[in-house]
This record gives sequence, structure tokens and C-alpha cells, in this order.
Amino acid sequence: MTNDQLKEKITAIEPEAVFSENKQYLTLSIPKEKLFAFAEKLKGSEALKFDFLFNITGVDRQKSLEVVYHLDSSVYRHVLVVKTETTDRENPRIDSVCSIWHTAEFHEREVFELFGIKFNNHPDLRRLLLEDDHVGYPFRKDYVDDNIVQR
Amino acid sequence: MKFDEFRDNDSLELFKKPGGNILLTTIDDIIDWGRSNSIWPLTFATSCCGIEMMATGASRHDFARFGIEVYRASPRQADVIVVAGTIVRKMAPVLKRLYDQMSEPKYVIAMGACAVSGGPFYYNSYSVVRGVEEVIPVDVYIPGCPPRPEALLYGVMQLQRKIKLETMSDPRTADTQRPKKEIDPETDFNNYQFGIR
Ligand code: SF4
Repeated sequence: MTNDQLKEKITAIEPEAVFSENKQYLTLSIPKEKLFAFAEKLKGSEALKFDFLFNITGVDRQKSLEVVYHLDSSVYRHVLVVKTETTDRENPRIDSVCSIWHTAEFHEREVFELFGIKFNNHPDLRRLLLEDDHVGYPFRKDYVDDNIVQR
Repeated sequence: MKFDEFRDNDSLELFKKPGGNILLTTIDDIIDWGRSNSIWPLTFATSCCGIEMMATGASRHDFARFGIEVYRASPRQADVIVVAGTIVRKMAPVLKRLYDQMSEPKYVIAMGACAVSGGPFYYNSYSVVRGVEEVIPVDVYIPGCPPRPEALLYGVMQLQRKIKLETMSDPRTADTQRPKKEIDPETDFNNYQFGIR
């Protein structure tokens, strides 16, 4: 399926999706409240069948925190990038997609520890790579740490 | 040995040992000969330098020619820990524990820029320990990113020379002459307990 056909099908199930132009993969952003229901449809839909989530990334956009999902269909071999963001930097919360793609569990833990984004309904939201007593979220632009030697 | 006394590598082996009588020095020589030619490394590699260490152990370069023979998977059977790779703050207490579990005499080779000083991660890193000597005492430093197998072999040979200087009355000549580092108990990993810092 070409990106344009894919775009049509997705607009049919979620008219609110905003597409970005000129990307390698079809890219869209969606309000965070809609994310979970949309993700369920992406996986459930017979025509789309996005059954594999291969990456979750956090992005610090200074004004907002963004989460990027890379989806792949092992049946149709098409790829989709879904973005969602929250402007709350103090207590950012986004719905977890663990119950849809199980692999999200580790990805979300990683995003949680590096960006401090909390995922609602995540079964086990703990740190993944850093020490258990690490303070702060190192991948945020405003992160400061006495241990860091600046250059 | 003191820095001024160093001339070249070969003269290290002729380095005059302090004190001792004929019988003891002869026994020392035998013990040192045995020890220095059978240093067993611990299977320990934390990142890319580890690959180079494996290459050194493999057939082309072949560690074993120099007696640094079999990799041991248990610290209790190992003589030397080659810290091959980046040590992050989460790994530091584990490394410390491994070092503590090794039986004396034990030696440490810091292989690669990361283990020497933090290397490429010295600046702007929130997780990397700047040099393994913050955690455990180091005998031989091998610079490089990663060091070539030849460099590791050379480092191993330097360690062997160091071992040959040991005597019974002064078992770790190398260790006792190392300048003591001022240690801040707050940040020292030697006081690091699992989970609590
Ligand atoms: S010194 Fe270089 S090659 Fe060795 S572990 Fe560090 S980054 Fe990797």
C-alpha cells in the first residue's frame, strides 16, 4: 500500500489525525486523549493490521513533551509513525499502549525514566537503565546534574 | 616504582628488588615467574573494548602465548580483571563487588579510554564513571578507543613485569607505591552499597 492509500484509510477511521508532509514514513499527530482508542483501531482494523510496535521515542520540544510511536504491519509491510504530545511538564501523562502491544512495556519504561512521562495504566512503571535512586530525567533539555562535566 | 627510576621496559625486569636474602629472593623469583606466566583474566567486558579483548584472546593474536590464559567466569578463580569498556554508575557497585570477590593477589587492567578516564563520555554524561580508578585500584592503563590487540598484549606484558617485582616481604610493590588518592566518602564507590548511596 502506498502512503497515500494508507493516509486515506486512516483518515476514514480517525478524521482528527494531522498528517505531516515529506517524510519517509507516513507521519501523523493525534491528541493524547484519542491515542489509545486510535491505537486499538490501528491494530484491530482488518485493512491496516498494525501488529508490531517497533519503537517508542520521547522528544523534548521545550514547550511540550512528545512521544513518537513507530508501527509496522507484518502482514502488509507498511509503516506508520504516530506522534502525540503533552504540554504539561510537571506531571506529563499519556495513556499506555501496553495492553495493545506488549512490547511497549519496556519502551515506555525507558521513556519514563529519561523524560519523566508517566504512562497511565502501565503495569510496572519502574526505571529501566539508570540507578534506582537517580534524580531527574536526563534527556530533558533543562536537566542539570552535579556529576556532569559541561563542555 | 618511582617515575624517575623508569628507563625502559626491559630494564624493569632487572629492577633491583628491595632487601631479602638469597633463599627468599630465589623463592620470590620462582613464585613471580609462576604467577606472571599464568594470569587468568575474568570474563568481564562491558562494551566495545570487550570485542577487542575477545579478538586478543582469539587465534590470530592469542593471549595464551603470554600465559594470560583461560578466561574464568568466576571472580574467585581469576587473577586479573581486564576492565574492557564503559563503566556506568549502575555498573560500578557490581564491578566493585566482583573485584572484592577475587582472591589475592589480584590485578586490574584498565583497557580503553572509557576505563582510563571516561573517554568519549567524559563530558556531558549523566551516567558514566570517569575512570575505573574511582571504583577499584588500577595496575595498568591501556589507552586507545579501543586499544588494538597489540596494545592489550603490551599492557599484559607490563603487568607481568610488575608482578615480577613482587617479593614476599613486599607482596605488592606495585600497589604500595601507587600514590594514594584522596577519597571523598560521600562520592566514593567503595562506600557504595547496593541500592543505597
Ligand atoms: S574506549 Fe572506546 S572502544 Fe573502548 S569501551 Fe570506550 S568507547 Fe568503546
